[in-house]
Amino acid sequence: MPATRTTGTAGAARTPSPARPATGRRRRTFEQANRRLKWAMLTPAVVFVGLMIVFPLVFTLDLSLTDAFGAVNADSSPIGLRNFGDALGDTRRFWPAARRTLVFTVGAVVLETVLGLALAMLMRKPFTGMRWVRTVLIIPLLATPVAIGILWLLILDPTNGIANHLLEAVGVPRQEFLGSVGQSLPTLMLVDVWQWTPMMTLLLLAGLATLPEEPEEAALVDGANAWQRFRYVVLPMLGPTLATALVLRAVDALKTFDILYATKGAGGGSDFEVETLNVYAYGLTFDYQEYGSAAAVLVLFTLFIIGVVVLLRRRGGRKNA
Amino acid sequence: MSTSSRPLSRRAFGRLAASAAGAGVLSACSGGSGRPSADAPLRIMAINHVWSQAVERRVTEFEERIGRRVSMTLLTADQLAGSYNVKLNASGTDVDVMMVRALQEQLLFGHNGWLADLSDRVADQQFAWDDFQDAPREASVTAGKVLSVPVVTERPALYYRKDLVEELGGPPRTLAALMEGARELTRRKEGFYGYVGRGQRSGAVSQWSSFLYSHGGDFVVDGKSGIGSPEATAAYEYYGRLLAGSGPPGATNMSLEQAMPIFAQGKAAFFVDADAVYSNFLDPKVSRVRETVGFAPFPAGPAGAKPHNIPSWSLGINAFSRLRDEAWEFIRWAAGPEMSAALQQEGIPGARSSVWSDPKTLSAFPPELAEAMRINAERGVGHDRPRVLQVGRARDIVGRPLVAGILGQSVRPVVRDADAEFADFLVRDNRHKES
Repeated sequence: MPATRTTGTAGAARTPSPARPATGRRRRTFEQANRRLKWAMLTPAVVFVGLMIVFPLVFTLDLSLTDAFGAVNADSSPIGLRNFGDALGDTRRFWPAARRTLVFTVGAVVLETVLGLALAMLMRKPFTGMRWVRTVLIIPLLATPVAIGILWLLILDPTNGIANHLLEAVGVPRQEFLGSVGQSLPTLMLVDVWQWTPMMTLLLLAGLATLPEEPEEAALVDGANAWQRFRYVVLPMLGPTLATALVLRAVDALKTFDILYATKGAGGGSDFEVETLNVYAYGLTFDYQEYGSAAAVLVLFTLFIIGVVVLLRRRGGRKNA
Repeated sequence: MSTSSRPLSRRAFGRLAASAAGAGVLSACSGGSGRPSADAPLRIMAINHVWSQAVERRVTEFEERIGRRVSMTLLTADQLAGSYNVKLNASGTDVDVMMVRALQEQLLFGHNGWLADLSDRVADQQFAWDDFQDAPREASVTAGKVLSVPVVTERPALYYRKDLVEELGGPPRTLAALMEGARELTRRKEGFYGYVGRGQRSGAVSQWSSFLYSHGGDFVVDGKSGIGSPEATAAYEYYGRLLAGSGPPGATNMSLEQAMPIFAQGKAAFFVDADAVYSNFLDPKVSRVRETVGFAPFPAGPAGAKPHNIPSWSLGINAFSRLRDEAWEFIRWAAGPEMSAALQQEGIPGARSSVWSDPKTLSAFPPELAEAMRINAERGVGHDRPRVLQVGRARDIVGRPLVAGILGQSVRPVVRDADAEFADFLVRDNRHKES
């Protein structure tokens, strides 16, 4: 705030006239109020962040060091890092859930990136009906995940769903889809791909629109074919956009909960087949009321997400360097 | 007045802002301790069930009686449980009457001190507490205190296709006959299945309980895990064989919502589930078996026919409510003898003995179903899941061998593993109870 600084300096340099004490005091108060204005403007945001982000984080961390059970406000005892030890030693639920979280994220994000990039390249040059195609493309993004989950649950119902009727009509045997322990996670990854590929396409289209045309034209003159132009010219230039899109999508995919819960319910299915860390932590909280253990899993999950983001950013940074 | 004109220091300003924000938050969080105004509604949270819908239609009558507005929120069972967890963990006063599952939530809610003690209130002679059936009444008591009043009861019914079962000589009376009949009627290539039922790890446990009791087992025997007993193992193997051999694909993802439409669409010959859902098969909008559906009592197993007979939904009062007297008035009205009789006449099975002995109230049910309900209630066991604090975790453990059986895997090793896990769990659960 340069204006405040100027006024402040001027005020400090000038000695208030003893003949007009009231005016001098008023000016000083005004200047001081002006100086505090930045704090007044910042306070709501600081309080909001403190209440909505810092407090829950600190509270979760504190809860993770206790044996809180039944009710959050019930008496609990500090137990140090035992909840973390229990979670990290749990090969029945925690580690399989961590593995599924990773498989779901990597599988879905890789497919979304490849398909999103392919669609973005196809839609790069203007064509007839482009606006219509782009509108259709964002429809899955607008629907709520729970509605999408229920929609796909009905479509993929092994007995009454339309998907099996269509498969049978073309001679493909009926599938169990979400009713099968083995097919559930891949099916939900494909549903995620169906919903989020358009977002990748739109992000990459925006990135492609900012690229200069000259390098590609030069490559064309040098005799590079379409693949070579894409691989050695477009892709390296698109790197920063691609890295940002990957980080955004990966963090979102790691946190996926609604679609998994809406289709498979508590515990991620009968054999815990789609139970990710998010679903596991929810179950510990709302089905088992083990608040201390749930908080420890959430702290570990947060560290896991931070680790993935750091890894992706480092790799992205190294490639772009 | 030099003090008043002195500007606030940065630290003092920060402290003031934090105090103001803190005071704001505290005043927003605290519901206040005084009695709410006459305009404040009595808040009722209930399951979206035919019982709640029928009561909601009549609620104006109650509002006129107490001179206060009533606000009823109807949710699914999962939403209801989640809402209670959030509200009561914050000692919320924004719910007065709570519809709870006595066998699922009551022990934990009682342990947390979230449900008001109704022992003195139910002693009111006009309320006729003794009129409630024994099993639901016993389930309402936790640690010697009455914490809820049952309003809807439930037993398993055997739904069957009359047109198909005729050639088998009528509905099966034993579990062995059910298995045989289901196998005989299964035509997988045509998409028709002999039996459909719940197969989800946790969701199937309550319906499987009748199979368990009829094989002579129970979840807990003498305070220890009973799921590793030969009787329980036989019940696991039976249920797994039934669904694996005669059930539809994807059975392990099936709860009531998935299994019921398969029977209603005419794609299964037998279905065992709650008798309270019978109206779905008589509704021409959703059922293709309206003319052909039959109702029978739960078949007998090696230990006889022992179906569950439970209070599926009860009413309790939030311990933090500031309208506890009005909340009790609501329970007195909604669970009273007159309302129970009126609702049972609409086909909603109640918990009072008097309504079951009144032929008028039974006329709402198809005669075959009324008879099946009466027989099942007589033979009924008062619980359909382990009676522990952490019912959710217990169901997850107990349900694992069921899933293995339905998937066609060997049940015995999974039973051994689940039995050991359940034994450990019971020790921990008891420790929580004592804490």
